[in-house]
Amino acid sequence: MEDGRPIFLQIAELLENSILDGTLAEEEQVPSTNELAAFHRINPATAAKGVNKLVDDGTLYKKRGIGMFVSSGARAKLRGRRRDDFARQYVQPLLTEARKLGIDPTELKHMIDTWEQAR
Amino acid sequence: MSPVISVTDLTKRYRGGVTALDRVSFSLTENRIYGLLGRNGAGKTTLMQILTAQNFATSGEVRVFGEHPYENERVLARTSFIKESQTYPPVRVHHVLRAASLIHPGWDEEFAQQLVDDFRLPSRRNVRKLSRGMLSALGIIIGLASRAPLTFFDEPYLGLDAVARQIFYDRLLADYTEHPRTIVLSTHLIDEVSELIEHVLLIDAGRLLLDADAETLRGQVLTVSGPVASVDEFARTGTELHRVRLGGTARATVRGDFGPADHDRARTLGLALEASSLQDTVVRLTTATNGAAPAITGATSKEAHR
Repeated sequence: MEDGRPIFLQIAELLENSILDGTLAEEEQVPSTNELAAFHRINPATAAKGVNKLVDDGTLYKKRGIGMFVSSGARAKLRGRRRDDFARQYVQPLLTEARKLGIDPTELKHMIDTWEQAR
Repeated sequence: MSPVISVTDLTKRYRGGVTALDRVSFSLTENRIYGLLGRNGAGKTTLMQILTAQNFATSGEVRVFGEHPYENERVLARTSFIKESQTYPPVRVHHVLRAASLIHPGWDEEFAQQLVDDFRLPSRRNVRKLSRGMLSALGIIIGLASRAPLTFFDEPYLGLDAVARQIFYDRLLADYTEHPRTIVLSTHLIDEVSELIEHVLLIDAGRLLLDADAETLRGQVLTVSGPVASVDEFARTGTELHRVRLGGTARATVRGDFGPADHDRARTLGLALEASSLQDTVVRLTTATNGAAPAITGATSKEAHR
């Protein structure tokens, strides 16, 4: 864990990433709070807070006495939400930096096309 | 839930006029890991001594498990205090552990033996012949294996190398997870413990400077740098703790109730943004006030409840 943001948010995001890339399938059990705490070397209360955030927004659900599971449809929902964040997290800083360097949007679009072709 | 410890207006003055603790008030909730932070001579050890009946308050109220700790067997049997430079009588390591097991009703002998192996402690050696690091390991083993409902670790790792400290953190976390209890960890190695502690108490010059949830605090202190006018504008949304200036560029450390929207705002202003680690935050708070400014405890506890 690093980057100065609350650790529970980072834990929630790591679980989201696993769901997005398929490491955690829908209806699969997620690691317990204690397992997460031991793995990331963090306070168990913090790990629980991260998991509960995902329970609150419906990404995970609780099976009483068994543990937490990934909800059906969680992946599609996360993708939708992450796409909304994408513009804010990546496009906005890109435009800010481009403006600083005097790169106009047309030139920027051209650069994106060139890089995409070179992949 | 009743607090494990409650302290009200605690003051300790030593003869010669040194005020070690100055009207300190706080309470500790059951089964959390607390970080007790502060510079050398800030009053941390005095505070822990008073809470464990090894020192007397000049004035103020102290309650541990709801009772006065002085000569109180009910309180002291549930408390373990591991001191920085604990001395032992000249007996073998396993004798020290045996004595500790008799004092602490919650002692787990199997766990103690496992820790002796983990720290590679020679259990038949006389404690007089132990290295500084081995003595620290012995203290840590007693602190963990006693499983006291209230455990204080006061700078427990003098002479311990990085590997042994990591063993301590890992065992502490694993055992706390299985056997929740209240742990107070006093340390200067803030970065090493910042993710283990749930709540922070910061003492400076005898006063409680900060009483805050560690997660709430994280992200509350940001360092922004860029054009002075932009820095000024951003700094207005919080409390400025520190600033340096280089020509038309400034770098300021600001404390506030920041969220993603504030990060976006900083970027829109053309500012570079950096979140402070707990260690940076403690350094900034300690130097910003320098013991003279009013404590900001009230503000933080309000923030924590929001």
